[in-house]
Amino acid sequence: MSRRRDRRPVIVETRGLSMHFGGVRAVDQVDFTLYDNELRCLIGPNGAGKSTFFKCLTGQLVPTAGEIKIRGDETTGSEPHEVAGLGVGIKTQVPNVFDGLSVEENIWLSARRWHGARRASSLTTETVERLRLGDIRRDIVGRLAHGQRQWVELGMVVAAEPWLVLLDEPAAGMTHEETARTAELIREINERAAIIVVEHDMQFIRMISQQVTLFHEGRILMEDTMEAISADKRAREVYLGSQA
Amino acid sequence: MNSSSTLRTMRPVLIFALIGVIFMFTAPYVLQLFTIINLTTAIALAVLALSLALVWGYGGILCFGQVAFFGLGAYAYTISAINFGGSTWAILVAILVASAFAALLGYFMFFGRVSDVYLGVITLTVTLIFFSLIRRTSGPEYKIGNALLGGFNGITSPPLNLPWNTGSFLFPEQVFYVAMAALILCYVFCGWLVTTHFGRVCVGIRENELRAELLGYDSRLYKLGIFTIAAGIAAIGGVLFCNGVGRITPDVFNLYNAALTIIWVIVGGRGTLIGPIAATFGLFYLTSALGGQTIFNNNLVLGIILIFFVLIVPKGIAPTIIDWYEARRKPKKRGRRRGSRRRMREGADA
Ligand SMILES: Nc1ncnc2c1ncn2[C@@H]1O[C@H](COP(=O)(O)OP(=O)(O)OP(=O)(O)O)[C@@H](O)[C@H]1O
Ligand SMILES: [Mg+2]
Repeated sequence: MSRRRDRRPVIVETRGLSMHFGGVRAVDQVDFTLYDNELRCLIGPNGAGKSTFFKCLTGQLVPTAGEIKIRGDETTGSEPHEVAGLGVGIKTQVPNVFDGLSVEENIWLSARRWHGARRASSLTTETVERLRLGDIRRDIVGRLAHGQRQWVELGMVVAAEPWLVLLDEPAAGMTHEETARTAELIREINERAAIIVVEHDMQFIRMISQQVTLFHEGRILMEDTMEAISADKRAREVYLGSQA
Repeated sequence: MNSSSTLRTMRPVLIFALIGVIFMFTAPYVLQLFTIINLTTAIALAVLALSLALVWGYGGILCFGQVAFFGLGAYAYTISAINFGGSTWAILVAILVASAFAALLGYFMFFGRVSDVYLGVITLTVTLIFFSLIRRTSGPEYKIGNALLGGFNGITSPPLNLPWNTGSFLFPEQVFYVAMAALILCYVFCGWLVTTHFGRVCVGIRENELRAELLGYDSRLYKLGIFTIAAGIAAIGGVLFCNGVGRITPDVFNLYNAALTIIWVIVGGRGTLIGPIAATFGLFYLTSALGGQTIFNNNLVLGIILIFFVLIVPKGIAPTIIDWYEARRKPKKRGRRRGSRRRMREGADA
């Protein structure tokens, strides 16, 4: 299996990536590789360093050590807009949306970053339909329920038509049905983009997972299929025991 | 956004502009000359308020020293009009000097990622530095070309002249026309700007800077852009101001004026353009009326108004009226579609 993967182009690569906050080694010496078309899940207990790893990839944090390459471009220490400007779609763990603006305006601002006025409008309409936000498209995002805000953020990611998508807990706070739809959407996005998803919801991960990376105390503990990780004794001890 | 929908979102702006045009052509026939001259000063201040409404209300940048660009514009106009012997190019110089200064200051603030609070502090400090520096320029050695800076006495500003004839100065009514036209043009320009891609990104950055960055927008550039544009507009206000008053003194840079600009926008409402303009006229006339009596202290009244607005009408006049209007309209449409029918803020107002 690994030999087949190795021939695919590398999309994200980190070497010795570390992020320390004082004495806290939130991310410690992480070597990570994501291949083209891959859909990778990151799991791990609270405080394992998943979000911190994400923030390093997206330029929200400048790593203490190590390097990051995205499709060959060195992005260590880049600004978030530079990373996004490569064509990377990002959803953060705490929803980041334009609270005072309408659903449509949120998505339009994403589409318009990449397209002219006309295409941006039609892409906004398409995205609103695709994410079934039609009923609330003129509503102010700040007044929506948590799950809906998550969808708006996903809509912004989709509307940018990225080739790499980074999602930090996209299904958090969603109902069972919403979670299933999110999983479906993620598989759709995966037809055109490589994806990294951080998630706690085991059922959700089983719905979408291919390869799973297990974080523990800032390091990668295991990298394998969900079945293999579920069967592993060490993995069960640090994480799955409490969850599944 | 295509042109027809631009027109639709700009409809309130164009309606207010039309009201302004009607006022512009009727006022000189109805009002006394003294009132017209006073109005010119109020219009100049309204342009200043408009510039802060743009940079703070839409750009989310609390510039505590917007009056610095206003004063800089007035000084640059006066000094270059004296040296050029004509006003036309001097207006351009005023706008360029203020914008260039804002671009330089903004570059260090935005690219240095100065936090919002420090941004307010820095802009206010810069204003006060101008105040104390220019106050000290009384001696004959402080001159730029033919223009003596005049210290705390200030400089007499040459009046506007016709572009094709530097010898024919404008009468006060004509200056009023120019001022009103400038205010209307600046208002329509700002109203248009906030419907453009650039303007909408600025509003996005105001709402959530990180999200804008994560969409691939370099927020620093957009902030620098709107900051620079707003400084240019403030400078236009400065040019009108020194024409209305007839001179410019360093007092323009004092703390009172810096605070007053903020008050206009708070009272008028952030996130609208017409609100702060209206508030400027209202407060200008209130303070002139109060100036004629001695029972109430002027500053005390202003302070009470400010506290009233911050506590009771925190959004300011215009957004409160818009909310009220939308709330009244809503019940009629509720049956058709569920959810709140409020339109996006910047689309619904003027
Ligand atoms: N800005 C910061 N300053 C100091 N410590 C931090 C900071 N951000 C994260 N940490 C610490 O780094 C560790 C990793 O946090 P991180 O948010 O990456 O975990 P996570 O795996 O995303 O957890 P969760 O599943 O709860 O989201 C935690 O111990 C956290 O307290
Ligand atoms: Mg996290």
